[in-house]
Amino acid sequence: MWSFHNIANFVNDWLSQTFNPTLVTIIEMVIVGVCVIGLFAVLGLVLVIMERKVSAWIQIRLGPNRVGPKGMFQSLADTLKLLVKEGMTPSGADKFLFNLAPYIAMMVAMLLMAPLAFAKNFQMWDMNIGVLYITAISSVSVISVLIAGWSSNNKYSLMGAMRAGAQIVSYELSAGLSILSVIVLTGSLNINKIVLSQADGWWIFKGHIPVIIAFVIFIIAVTAETNRAPFDLAEAESELTAGFHTEYSGMKFALFFLAEYVNVFIVCAIGATLFLGGWMPFHIGNWQGFNHVMDFIPSSIWFFGKTFFLIFLIMWFRWTFPRLRIDQLLNLEWKYLLPISMFNILLITAMAIGGWYF
Amino acid sequence: MYRENEIMDGIADEKARREADETGDLIINMGPQHPATHGVLHLVVTLNGETIKKVEPHLGYIHRSIEKMCESLTYRQFIYVTSRMDYLSAHINNHACALCVEKGLQLEIPERAQVIRVLMDELTRIASHELWWGAMAMDLGAFTPFFHAFRERETINDIMEETCGARLTMNYMVPGGVMADIHPNFQKRVKDFLILYKRKIKEYDELVTGNIIFQNRMKGVGYLSAEDAISYGCTGPTARGSGVSCDIRKLYPYEVYNKLSFDEILETEGDSFARYMVRLREMNESIKIIEQLIDNIPEGDFQAKTKAVLKLPKGEFYTRVETARGELGVYIVSEGGMTPYRIKFRSPGFSNLSALDHMARGSKLGDLVAMMGTLDLVIPDIDR
Repeated sequence: MWSFHNIANFVNDWLSQTFNPTLVTIIEMVIVGVCVIGLFAVLGLVLVIMERKVSAWIQIRLGPNRVGPKGMFQSLADTLKLLVKEGMTPSGADKFLFNLAPYIAMMVAMLLMAPLAFAKNFQMWDMNIGVLYITAISSVSVISVLIAGWSSNNKYSLMGAMRAGAQIVSYELSAGLSILSVIVLTGSLNINKIVLSQADGWWIFKGHIPVIIAFVIFIIAVTAETNRAPFDLAEAESELTAGFHTEYSGMKFALFFLAEYVNVFIVCAIGATLFLGGWMPFHIGNWQGFNHVMDFIPSSIWFFGKTFFLIFLIMWFRWTFPRLRIDQLLNLEWKYLLPISMFNILLITAMAIGGWYF
Repeated sequence: MYRENEIMDGIADEKARREADETGDLIINMGPQHPATHGVLHLVVTLNGETIKKVEPHLGYIHRSIEKMCESLTYRQFIYVTSRMDYLSAHINNHACALCVEKGLQLEIPERAQVIRVLMDELTRIASHELWWGAMAMDLGAFTPFFHAFRERETINDIMEETCGARLTMNYMVPGGVMADIHPNFQKRVKDFLILYKRKIKEYDELVTGNIIFQNRMKGVGYLSAEDAISYGCTGPTARGSGVSCDIRKLYPYEVYNKLSFDEILETEGDSFARYMVRLREMNESIKIIEQLIDNIPEGDFQAKTKAVLKLPKGEFYTRVETARGELGVYIVSEGGMTPYRIKFRSPGFSNLSALDHMARGSKLGDLVAMMGTLDLVIPDIDR
């Protein structure tokens, strides 16, 4: 059967036979690096065109339909335009930090891809603290936003950055707690083990209502963490023009833009991995025939299918809801989501100790 | 010519800057190019963190001196300029001017013309409120309602195009009646629109009004008491949201409004949500008016017989109508010639905007945008 795993093994075997081990390691690292950059670019393009098509579908219009079949190459054309545009730096800006910020944003998004399990046995780095790594690295993204807002020497940017700081830092708490609930049930921080623990059913089915609550909180929190509507206060365009990236143009803006979309992909991938079984196919108890048919679908399709379903959900939010106000946003986190997730984690711990899940 | 620096220096002047430096306040020039101001309105906002301390509107970026221009145009010509004032209710502006000229000439308007005028006014009101609804939701960060609102507004524009020949600046009302008779399809298409509208208005409530985020953003912010609404001279839905009865169609009926049964919408809360609900419910009242009239357009002339050259007698004339935004007054001083000696428009947007500072103080920056949305500002109407 076709799978990423076989391709990776084939390449590894061929390289091992041809070169000496040190060279093999270097070549493999280069291949992985190129793959990450390629994935980054492709994901950005695909998600931008997906967002535009989804928004067009929700808003009863056609969306981009001129470049390529059904406008599928629109985002390529946009990227080309952004590449040839002049990347301006405002005269009052802190030049070094201003130019550094988009690279931090991009770097964070790329680093986050390392522990994701894209398919069965297909992972860049199978580390034993995968989930901890993800939560740790994703906190760095707020620094890029703060740097961008502060160094732009623009009042709107500064306000956007301050909002983003308050927002991301507070929503990380409930995102972390809801991630923790699955870790409590699995007993491992390893992404691969978490996926394997869902072989007989995804956590969202196995874990009763507490896990469903954790899942809902997770989705809300990551929507806020990636600065997407209804929590897009950092770039609230009707209030702050474009928030922290008001002064950015050309490719520097595009890096922020791409990083935002790749971040959406990553948080949805984490959500799919923790709650919806990652690349694990959908199985129902003892239905041998049904389970067998499900196994025939390649594991990468399962992973990307679940991830894109969650991405669609988040896009759906964006095009339906109005934006919250900054104090309401913080109220929602500190007065509602955080207490609920704290209580929830106690419930789940009790559940895990008692073994009251399937 | 001014240089940009001179203008900006004048705006946030030294004294204000020094004060701001001492207190740690942030002065933001919101506009004239800003996505939330729907045009070239310039607000100088003094912020303490996210909290608003002062809002100071600076006007004049789209001042075209329409009032002065009207003085050199004849009584037939000047009406066309007024379409460009409040471009979302061009019909109603023209109506006000035509009424004022007719008052001066003491002209009797055929009943058919009166009914057509009222029909057009109410269609314009619905179209204007629909655009407001979409833009208001966009101010709050929801993009989709804008497209849904434009879907219905488009059918009204098509109806207008068929009868008036234009979609935005209709110039359909002339002294003595309307410029041309209605299109044969007019009645059928308006009835089709009524059916469509009643089906779609439910979506508006589902998508926006019932949304919990939207209600939290709107309720309790931008409070304007009835006394303040009166003292700032607010009219239209802005004042009616505070419980001030000020519908010109009810209080000083013109044309056939006194023969129609419709309600003046009043809400007493005085917050942004009240103003929102007034406009939304007002659309239903307009639908009621159209339903009463659309099958009862009397036969007869669409225009009274007038002289080729209109000359108003010496004197002063004032009329007022209810536009989508509030009371529009037209004041003409005539010396007996072919052109008016002086014209003054009392535009609703100007007075409504003056209440913004009072409403906004102490609330958050995000609320300022929502409040401007509920005031339904059209900048060319404010600047003229």
